[in-house]
Amino acid sequence: MSYKILENKTTADVTMTSVYVKCLKALMAENPAITQIESDLGNSLLGGAAIKEIKAEFPKQFVDCGIQEANMIGVACGMSLTGRIPFAHSFAAFVSRRATDQAFISGAYAGSNVRIVGTDPGVSAQLNGGTHMPFEDVAIFRAFPNMTVIEPSDPVMLEDLMGKLAANYGMYYLRLFRKNALKIYEEGSTFEIGKANLLREGKDLTIITAGAVMMPEVLKAADDLAAEGIETRILDMFTIKPIDADAILAAAAVTGAIVTAENHNVINGLGSAVTDVLMTKGDRFVPVEMIGVQDKFGQVGPLAYLKEAYHLTAADIVEAAKKAVARKH
Amino acid sequence: MNSEEKIRLQNFAIDIREKIIYQMSSLGSGHLGGNLSIADIVAVLYGSEMKYDPADPKSEERDILVCSKGHAGPCLYSALALKGFFPMERLDTLNRGGTDLPSHCDRLHVPGIEMTTGSLGQGFSAACGMALASKLDGNPRTVYCIIGDGESQEGQIWEAVLFAKHQELDNLILFVDYNKAQLDGLTKDICDMGDYVDKFHAFGWHTAEIDGHDVVAIKTAIDAAKADKTGRPHVIVCNTIKGYGVSFTKPDSCHHVTFTPELTEQCMRELEASRPTA
Repeated sequence: MSYKILENKTTADVTMTSVYVKCLKALMAENPAITQIESDLGNSLLGGAAIKEIKAEFPKQFVDCGIQEANMIGVACGMSLTGRIPFAHSFAAFVSRRATDQAFISGAYAGSNVRIVGTDPGVSAQLNGGTHMPFEDVAIFRAFPNMTVIEPSDPVMLEDLMGKLAANYGMYYLRLFRKNALKIYEEGSTFEIGKANLLREGKDLTIITAGAVMMPEVLKAADDLAAEGIETRILDMFTIKPIDADAILAAAAVTGAIVTAENHNVINGLGSAVTDVLMTKGDRFVPVEMIGVQDKFGQVGPLAYLKEAYHLTAADIVEAAKKAVARKH
Repeated sequence: MNSEEKIRLQNFAIDIREKIIYQMSSLGSGHLGGNLSIADIVAVLYGSEMKYDPADPKSEERDILVCSKGHAGPCLYSALALKGFFPMERLDTLNRGGTDLPSHCDRLHVPGIEMTTGSLGQGFSAACGMALASKLDGNPRTVYCIIGDGESQEGQIWEAVLFAKHQELDNLILFVDYNKAQLDGLTKDICDMGDYVDKFHAFGWHTAEIDGHDVVAIKTAIDAAKADKTGRPHVIVCNTIKGYGVSFTKPDSCHHVTFTPELTEQCMRELEASRPTA
């Protein structure tokens, strides 16, 4: 693990999906076992041009099942047990809710080796609205033994993690924002699955977050808090399971207050994972405020509107941070 | 098939049935009906058709069987133990706490079991994935799968039926254990599946319908399926009787059975008496 934080963080000039495609093609060229499996959302993740290229260059490494998420996960598990290394994709809402039992039994319980890729996490489903808006996918997969849950925060991290996902054996859920994310890591940074990254040091509280949707809000909130004299530590908890308990406990010990910020229901997502650690392993009371969807369904709207509607903005985080600090003893 | 081979396979099927009864009766109960109904199919697969090496159960050369109706684990376990995949004594441990022989098929615990099944409809998709990967990788193996007729009420089965045809999985042979019964009663009274052969035919599959307790018919249908390389997956609809082989079972009420020592003795006596003579 060797990562560096960029001084000037700007929106990446590449989409997360273009990074995914670049990495996938490189991995396919390296290893003929790498297989992309789609359920009719290949155009959303890879794009038509990339699908054509992949089909031409790696015709035995791309399968489109059609609109059948349950069968797709089963097929991916079967392929993995005969030597393939599948990446199986659908929207996060469908690959979690529609194929839960397939991922559980044929996947995790059976000891299969599949990277389940769920795109458009949380409010990033935007105009597709409530039917496509997963606020519970992390909760679902977090409850599976043998399942690793990862939400990369920027394209540099995604690039590094793709190689690790291809090399490791097991069941993974990759919660993937598709668009241009804020670039926060220096090119060439490497990451360790299961270890949180320290993005900013601060003594008054810690914000624990994951994913590209919340990251810009968290970073802005920390700047705003600093302007008011509140120094914030930030942890990028991109591995939501297994969660980095040591980083959480150290943050609690040093800063004494925690805010979690997630693009997901606060029930059984990142916030719950953090409080599980604090309540069962901590040696003191630490106030926690949870930013996230407060047990609501999704709805249509552009990203900025939805962040306001579900109180996921930097201003919401600042308010939560002040509450957490005020609750410190 | 010569008569000697036929008798050998019929005896192997009876051996399997006896080991099924043995596992369940020593435990006290089990999913008897759906285990007995596939014993002849499993006997032909492990006794004649499948390539496998008990000393190297993951060999690249092997054929693969996925039993999607996961509750028929004891039937496969009988065949695997009889063929030396693990010591016969393991059959004494079915479903005991901490066992390496859970009654629903479990690939992580039982050598020779290719897929963990039990949530119905799922094993067949995995078998399709295995057949597809084998085909893409140029592995000449055959992938076999057994589903129940009740199981095929699951929508996922029909997703996979579509998928297998589209992917031209002619290395895949599916057996439907058409025993006409499910847990709650007769399939026709619960959710009638109609004509299986017509359904698979409409999906573009190569179809056959046979007596699923006739080892010669089973072997003949498998050989015909293997010979047909026209891009169509193969289904062999096996007319079977739930609980076949012993007299006390009634198809609509033998999904799960409790054993007494007397009942076990009666079953074993009947099975021995049914052994073929040259």
